[in-house]
Amino acid sequence: MNPSVPHVPLARPQPLDGTLPLLRKEILRFWKVAFQTIAAPVLTALLYLLIFGHVLQDHVKVYDRIGYTTFLIPGLVMMSVLQNAFANSSSSLIQSKITGNIVFLLLTPLSHWAWYLAYVGASVARGLAVGLGVLLVTSWFGAPPLQQPLWILVFALLGGGLLGTLGLIAGLWAEKFDQLAAFQNFLIVPMTFLAGVFYSVHSLPPFWQAASHLNPFFYLVDGFRHGFFGVSDVSPWLSLGVVGTAFVAVSAIALALLKSGYKLRS
Amino acid sequence: MSVVSFSHVTKRYNGPRGSFTALDDVSFDIQPGEFFGLLGPNGAGKTTLISILAGLGRASSGSVQVGGYDVVTQYAQARRQLGIVPQELVFDPFFSVRETLRIQSGYFGLPRNDDWIDELLASLGLADKGDLNMRQLSGGMKRRVLVAQALVHRPPVIVLDEPTAGVDVELRQTLWQFISRLNRQGHTVLLTTHYLEEAEALCQRIAMLKQGRIVALDRTSALLSGAAHTMLRFKLDRDLPADLAAQARVTGRIVQIPARDAQQVEAVLARLREAGCPPEDLEIGRADLEDVFLTIMHGEGRSPAAEGARA
Repeated sequence: MNPSVPHVPLARPQPLDGTLPLLRKEILRFWKVAFQTIAAPVLTALLYLLIFGHVLQDHVKVYDRIGYTTFLIPGLVMMSVLQNAFANSSSSLIQSKITGNIVFLLLTPLSHWAWYLAYVGASVARGLAVGLGVLLVTSWFGAPPLQQPLWILVFALLGGGLLGTLGLIAGLWAEKFDQLAAFQNFLIVPMTFLAGVFYSVHSLPPFWQAASHLNPFFYLVDGFRHGFFGVSDVSPWLSLGVVGTAFVAVSAIALALLKSGYKLRS
Repeated sequence: MSVVSFSHVTKRYNGPRGSFTALDDVSFDIQPGEFFGLLGPNGAGKTTLISILAGLGRASSGSVQVGGYDVVTQYAQARRQLGIVPQELVFDPFFSVRETLRIQSGYFGLPRNDDWIDELLASLGLADKGDLNMRQLSGGMKRRVLVAQALVHRPPVIVLDEPTAGVDVELRQTLWQFISRLNRQGHTVLLTTHYLEEAEALCQRIAMLKQGRIVALDRTSALLSGAAHTMLRFKLDRDLPADLAAQARVTGRIVQIPARDAQQVEAVLARLREAGCPPEDLEIGRADLEDVFLTIMHGEGRSPAAEGARA
């Protein structure tokens, strides 16, 4: 080869090469439209709190000594983390696929690990940003205690990671916005709403209690809430086991899809 | 050693209405520093071949190497050698031109690359556009950014897939000056284009694809001399007689008819006179690449130049 050709430094490629630039780009992408991606979901959560809190404050008693509004806050925070983590990776991917600019990623040496870590990492970042916003704004109406902050952090990270990964899978699978919206509206939203965000599953009839225990999002909300109040419907260790297993399983699927080039490389 | 090597590349699509072979056992090599043209009509398989080279698609069988690296099993090394300018005019609407280039550079492990990015912007006439959002650029300017993006990691092999489709004269000239300069510096260039005069002017060697198969592969000069006939060119305001029309190439008023020697020239002119079609602006010229291309594409089987022409 002609020696005058400027060469790319050809160190042996590492699987994580390029992860940080892609992560940074994915974070910049939502940050540049933060009004839509962060402020709007914070407002939505605040409206839920004002309406449900106002209507139910004097009617629902979930745990002793905890007012309904205060009880509601961690659930709303977790719901916001989950929905926004899902929205981030899924909408970023489908937009890139539909506009065609995904080609700029496909032409790079980025490995499936780099794709996975960057897309899920940015989803976690957006989920946490929205979650923190919701917590700060709603706390004015009845700040929940922070009894075991480590649980709060663990479940927030796992929730963002799990839903960011599901968003990645949905974004890879969907070929049009319509399909993605179906995934979101018929699967993700019902599962978060039925995960005990607005109520304790102990208040449900036995059948629905059992059904709730089949919903992995229930364990996210319950474990997260345990971090605030030190009480929960099931042990946080059980929740950690269920959520951790789900996270590993969907991550393995996402990585396998990325590695095979599923719906990316023909 | 060749820098790009296609070896028995076949691509088959299996659809509900049977299978379709987009590429059929395509093999050829490109040498370091070459300016190589890949020509063929729409649907001949050019973009499919480029996609397999780029890793956007996968061959049903056969293999492709870039710089000695297999594009599937050693994709990271292979892709670092390749700068691909895609055919579609795509962009990321969230970012400015400079951000776009910095991000792309980062994917290739070059986080601090601003000197080269500045040079790219200047060479492509984008120096004053760096801070504009991609959405604010005209189509031609977006095309320039696509070229800059492909070159941001200084790839030894540059692949241009129809880079001048729908592009104005000024950009074409800027682009070809810049790409020729890179080629003189030692970059290998693989070009697909519909503009045969561009291929004739730029490419040292040309492969022609037809229905997924290589039907010609030779040095451009050899392809041109292989088609040694001359062409009779003239303008005409009425329809050609049917026997002449069969061998003519008509572009608007301009008619071109191959005529091997003086006798054939005379015969054509006599036929025109008989038919009452007086030719205007008559001239006799050498065949160009377009004539060669049409001869090969309309001919049956392979041209003689394709046989034994593998370099």
